[in-house]
Amino acid sequence: MDYTPHTEEDIIQMKAAAGIADIEELFADIPAKYRLAQLPDIPAPLAEQETIALMNSLARKNKLPRLTLTGAGAYHHFIPAVVGHIINRAEFYTAYTPYQAEISQGVLQAIYEYQTMIAHLTGMEIANASMYDGASAMAEAAILSAKTLNRSKIVIARSVHPEYRAVVRTYCWSNGYEVCEIPFVKSGQIDLDLLQKELDETVAAVLVQSPNFFGSIEDIAPLADVVHAKGALLVAGFTDGTALGILQPAGELGADFVVGEGQSFGNPLNYGGPYLGVFAAREKFLRRIPGRLVGATVDKNGRRGFVLTLQTREQHIRREKATSNICSNEALCALAAGVYLATLGQNLQKLAALNIQKTQYLKKQLLGLPGWKEVFTAPVYNEFAVSCPDARKVNEALKKEGIIGGYELQKDYPELKNTLLFCATEMLSREDIDRVVDTVKGDR
Amino acid sequence: MELIFEKSRPGRSAGSIPASDVPAINIEDVIDRKYLRSGLDLPEVAEVDLIRHYTNLSRRNFGVDLGFYPLGSCTMKYNPKVNENAAALPGFTGLHPYADDELAQGNLQLMAQMQQYLCSIFGMAEFTLQPAAGAHGELTGIMMIKKYFEKKGEKRHRILIPDAAHGTNPASGALCGFETVTLCSNSEGGVDIDHLKSLMTEDVAALMLTNPNTLGLFERNIEEVSHIVHEKGGLLYADGANANAFLGITRPGDLGFDVIQLNLHKTFSTPHGGGGPGSGPVGVGPALVDYLPVPRIVKTDNSYRWSENYPDSIGRVRAFYGNFNVVVKAYAYIRSLGAQGLKRATQMAVLNANYIKEKLKPYFDLPYDRVCMHECVFSGSRQVAQSGVHTTDIAKRLIDFGYHPPTIYFPMIVPEALMIEPTETESKETLDAFCEAMITIAHEAQESPHRVKDAPLSTEVNRLDEVLAARKPDVAWKKQ
Repeated sequence: MDYTPHTEEDIIQMKAAAGIADIEELFADIPAKYRLAQLPDIPAPLAEQETIALMNSLARKNKLPRLTLTGAGAYHHFIPAVVGHIINRAEFYTAYTPYQAEISQGVLQAIYEYQTMIAHLTGMEIANASMYDGASAMAEAAILSAKTLNRSKIVIARSVHPEYRAVVRTYCWSNGYEVCEIPFVKSGQIDLDLLQKELDETVAAVLVQSPNFFGSIEDIAPLADVVHAKGALLVAGFTDGTALGILQPAGELGADFVVGEGQSFGNPLNYGGPYLGVFAAREKFLRRIPGRLVGATVDKNGRRGFVLTLQTREQHIRREKATSNICSNEALCALAAGVYLATLGQNLQKLAALNIQKTQYLKKQLLGLPGWKEVFTAPVYNEFAVSCPDARKVNEALKKEGIIGGYELQKDYPELKNTLLFCATEMLSREDIDRVVDTVKGDR
Repeated sequence: MELIFEKSRPGRSAGSIPASDVPAINIEDVIDRKYLRSGLDLPEVAEVDLIRHYTNLSRRNFGVDLGFYPLGSCTMKYNPKVNENAAALPGFTGLHPYADDELAQGNLQLMAQMQQYLCSIFGMAEFTLQPAAGAHGELTGIMMIKKYFEKKGEKRHRILIPDAAHGTNPASGALCGFETVTLCSNSEGGVDIDHLKSLMTEDVAALMLTNPNTLGLFERNIEEVSHIVHEKGGLLYADGANANAFLGITRPGDLGFDVIQLNLHKTFSTPHGGGGPGSGPVGVGPALVDYLPVPRIVKTDNSYRWSENYPDSIGRVRAFYGNFNVVVKAYAYIRSLGAQGLKRATQMAVLNANYIKEKLKPYFDLPYDRVCMHECVFSGSRQVAQSGVHTTDIAKRLIDFGYHPPTIYFPMIVPEALMIEPTETESKETLDAFCEAMITIAHEAQESPHRVKDAPLSTEVNRLDEVLAARKPDVAWKKQ
């Protein structure tokens, strides 16, 4: 397939206009010995029909499960049809970053509306246009806290997603900041006593998630008091964004930043990406936060319009003094999130309630099995940890039925042997759940 | 246009939630009331209103499918539709990232082959697909450089960055704790070799070089540049933003680069989505392979699996494996074109840029008059001097002619810069019509400058008050 429209006659005329006899002359600045004599080693070109056949054959090499009971940072939710129809409009998806506001009002207004919805959902005054994903959003919040307070230590709850902690460690290492982890207690929540002991004037930020990696809801308000008493900032993450439909947001409980993964809002699982990082903050950080921000303004006739604003924070203006190096974000995923949230409206609360109903049912059924025990005592949203006689065996049995089982927590928490983290969303019917339980029991 | 919030009416909804089929429980029995929120204030609209809202917004947006988009440095080539169809296959969209490797063999094979193709195209030893965008790739590359010196027990504090570089370069260096030092350009638009020699000490970790640079010019002295950097033990970093200029022509690995970040949404035609998602793979030479982010794909007999077992790795730069679905599109693109097609894409992209350069040269100042690569950079200085018409005015006037403006005021070393990148997917007729528009605007600037300064006249909104937006920030709507 060739997407260049040049005819041989075009090329002749264009070469003449450019004053060259041979295309090779265009590359004369490249020292001859570095010009390739041989083409890169890539299979022969394909016609469109062959391309889609190849892609189909690769896609079919994946085995799609009948049910997915793992969440752990990526959540299987229903996506209303309108979301796909909107984000597949070429006016949106074939645009670049809206540098020219007059012909980019569509994406600018849509992102302004997204920022508004996220600010409301997280209980914050402001939100940016998106970050790469939940993990990098959390890492950037940590870096921003350290730079803002001129402190060099980041404290993170061990109940935060293991990969998020890994990303925070990477970003902090490269900036020369120390990272310290705080264990969890029997409830699955952060150990507040140990946190208090660890907190001193060198700590810039405390990073938690609520719901956390175990599904447990953290008690944010007292946590915020403890953190603020030492002058540090509280970065509150979340796991599944739909939880914000029913749980009181950390922004209303004293957090300084709310960050998290926005994939649940209308974005498919996609084997891990693209997703979108939600980044919301208190208004006082407006001129310091990373990422694009869309602001409302007027044109010379007084008509409302939208622009990328406060760009003096950003790399293309401030270069090495910028608050972050981020340039491209996840705009189309944020558009999907905005459309999703506008589609659900008040129904987001109903959806969240439904997730809780399904989760409690699954949990009750599993805990009825011999040898299965609840691991943590704190209330949960749509994920929970259970211990069982043989976690590996459970997942193998489920796999045979085409079901992705629970996430094995022992991988990241060696002390949590034979412990599975299950997630139940609106995608599971009662029949599905019964099938899962029967399979685990060995009745199928 | 009204905001979706202004269209909201209590009681309307565009979505429906299934009734629960499990025995009902009282939520407050399982979650303490103190953890529950009091209200939700999302828009309430009917489905038809929602669709009209976003459809009307889309009509106020310009994309490649609507017209010519010569936004320099952004490589806004046509996005083939078959790639979109491929990426939408349920087999690619439906899998959870923690699905067993056994279930994800198609994805793993695709990613492993993609890494292999990129290695072959760019002459690198290994690639990671984890970074989510170009700047994220830069950060990853610089982190690996930091790790390399840490492992060698050397403390190097500086990174050299040419004055013409993208702003992400110094920002990425700074985010890794390096001091960034500006390297000057010479009169030909290349690296000032004497300046490089004077700056290149054993305290310099790397030179970050965009080649061709942001003037669209290939660094003729690349061999010498590479020698000077490596002689002092430094590493050479390639910003691959302009990789569309050399596919199948030359390879950064052969030119001496130790690390390169790509932008799949530029070079390999994945749509940019109005600001993202992108994808920023990073390729490394042998010296840096050990420091690649984890996890990495390993091939065992006839299958692929993820491995975290790389003790010297910098760790992770994001969760999971990167913007996988974007990689799917780029993979389909590379397989469609093959090596010959990629080379042709580069050749036509460079021919198109030189054609525009020659046609517009009589009308606009060309600060570096030599063969350009995939883009050409003019200056609007003549228009400013003649009639006070600035580059921004020219850009806005182009909108009235139905074009997306070029990149303006960048690179910063060219006053009133107009950076035009036509890409290979544009026909001669399109380029001719665009050049006609530019020439018309050049005449208008002399004869009726107000027409240019008042532009755009064809859009829903005129030029917006950016100063007001920054002085009185309104980034989230509040109910009156």
